[in-house]
Amino acid sequence: MLSVKKLNKSFGSLVVAQDIDLALPKGTRYALIGPNGAGKTTLINLVTGMLRPDSGQIFLGEGENQAEITALQPYRRVRQGLARTFQINTLFPRLTALESVTLAVLEREGHAHNWWRGLPAFGPAADEAASILGSLNVPAEKPTRELAYGQQRLLEIALALATRPRVLLLDEPAAGVPRDESAALFAAVENLSRELTVLFIEHDMNVVFRFASRIIVMVGGRILLEGTPDEIGRDERVREVYLGRSRHAA
Amino acid sequence: MAGASEQLARQVRWRPLETAFWLAALAPFAVAPSYLSLASQVAITALFALSLDLLVGYAGLVSLGHAAFFGFGAYSAGLIAKHCWSEPLSALVVSAALAGLLGYALSHIVVRFRHLALIMLTLGFGLLLLEAANSASALTGGADGLQGFRVPGVLGFKFDLYGRTAYAYSLLVLFLCFLVARRIIHSPFGLALRGIRENALRMPAIGSASQAHLRKAYTLSAALAGIAGALLTHTTSTVSLEVLSFGRSADVLVILILGGAGRLYGGILGAIIYMVARDQFSGVNPQYWYFWIGLLLVAVVMFLPNGILGGVSALRKKAQ
Repeated sequence: MLSVKKLNKSFGSLVVAQDIDLALPKGTRYALIGPNGAGKTTLINLVTGMLRPDSGQIFLGEGENQAEITALQPYRRVRQGLARTFQINTLFPRLTALESVTLAVLEREGHAHNWWRGLPAFGPAADEAASILGSLNVPAEKPTRELAYGQQRLLEIALALATRPRVLLLDEPAAGVPRDESAALFAAVENLSRELTVLFIEHDMNVVFRFASRIIVMVGGRILLEGTPDEIGRDERVREVYLGRSRHAA
Repeated sequence: MAGASEQLARQVRWRPLETAFWLAALAPFAVAPSYLSLASQVAITALFALSLDLLVGYAGLVSLGHAAFFGFGAYSAGLIAKHCWSEPLSALVVSAALAGLLGYALSHIVVRFRHLALIMLTLGFGLLLLEAANSASALTGGADGLQGFRVPGVLGFKFDLYGRTAYAYSLLVLFLCFLVARRIIHSPFGLALRGIRENALRMPAIGSASQAHLRKAYTLSAALAGIAGALLTHTTSTVSLEVLSFGRSADVLVILILGGAGRLYGGILGAIIYMVARDQFSGVNPQYWYFWIGLLLVAVVMFLPNGILGGVSALRKKAQ
């Protein structure tokens, strides 16, 4: 559903992405793991267009419907079905959760340019937003800045879902959430449609092995290995690199 | 799920206090007939501040050159009255369109910038237009101003010495433009503007073409400012370079901050306070009245960071 070919990016002499090749089939749950500075968030920024790659190609869709999105602006990629969330809450503090998600629905439906009709005329958009928030247990009426931190993390996901993505990239969805609550957050991710392709960055190995169907390991801007949780768990290199027992080449 | 649309509809509903406010705006006719010219100046300034509120209060942009659009509308109306026709309502529409066109043209450059760069850019455009009008004296009358035209009246009512027609005309146009602005901010587009204000980085990530939204905001805001400028021309039958001055751009920003940006009525309230204060203080001492405006501004920014209206609504929340 999402594929990446020979993606490269450097900042000066610092190589942050080197020959990245990826192919995520429809409906898979991918975990992207690796030590700090491995280039995980950079990869999401490259794929979503927030950073321009030096070389390489990005494709969205499968088979005949596959289209290259390498040159598209970020908002166009979202409209093609590629959504992301942010590691640090990137929300609308003074909008209510309902307003925020309704805005995302209105943008998707192409109504957000409309300045001559009042919001009450767009009831279906508000209802859809309310049902997305309801499914994630986020209070709709409160201003975002008054929501509990865990609820704000869920609102991050709600905003992405409102764009009706085909591929969802979650950058540490449980960042800053206490361990016992992060399982509930990932349970919400697990309950998402099986049609949806999900890639999430996560450091907690228990969560990774429980919720991912496949795992990608990144080190120093490269993909070290990709495989099932079993394969990754058995791999000696991964243990060394990821658990920090190596010589820290990066 | 009927609750969701209900929640959004609640904000849009017309409040009793609003009706009271607009009825009170009619009071000067009966209570202060000798202040009607001041009242129409207030209404025009309020409309100008309302136009800036779309950018500053809702889209979260800063502008120190908004007089460019006000002045462009003022000169458009003056030139129409001098060379073309003297019917003001159609001239108002044409001036709005011309100012909107200028706003649309400039928006392509302006929306790429933020913060300090944006302030300097809007300031620069304002100065450019001022000096252009100054040097094109054959067309604009330069430093002497544009004179030698008269708009006799509107809809059959003659402009009188007491300013009755002028105030009625300004108030009516302000009210109609207010209704348009109110609709804009309660529309999906208005919600998108608030989204840009709250988090410009998130907008593309929910599929929003923020720059297109901002270009439209500039265009609409410029058109409303142009209407305000044209109103001034129609009610005073003269246009001076001052309509394009930096002072006017700065004043309108002060007015908006004073009243409360992003609150629709903030600019109107600010205009009332500012214009009445100026009138009174300059009566006491014509040289130093800016001292009191300065003091007021410092006090408001220090103690009421969201303006006077922001302070009032915080008080009301506390009382509940």
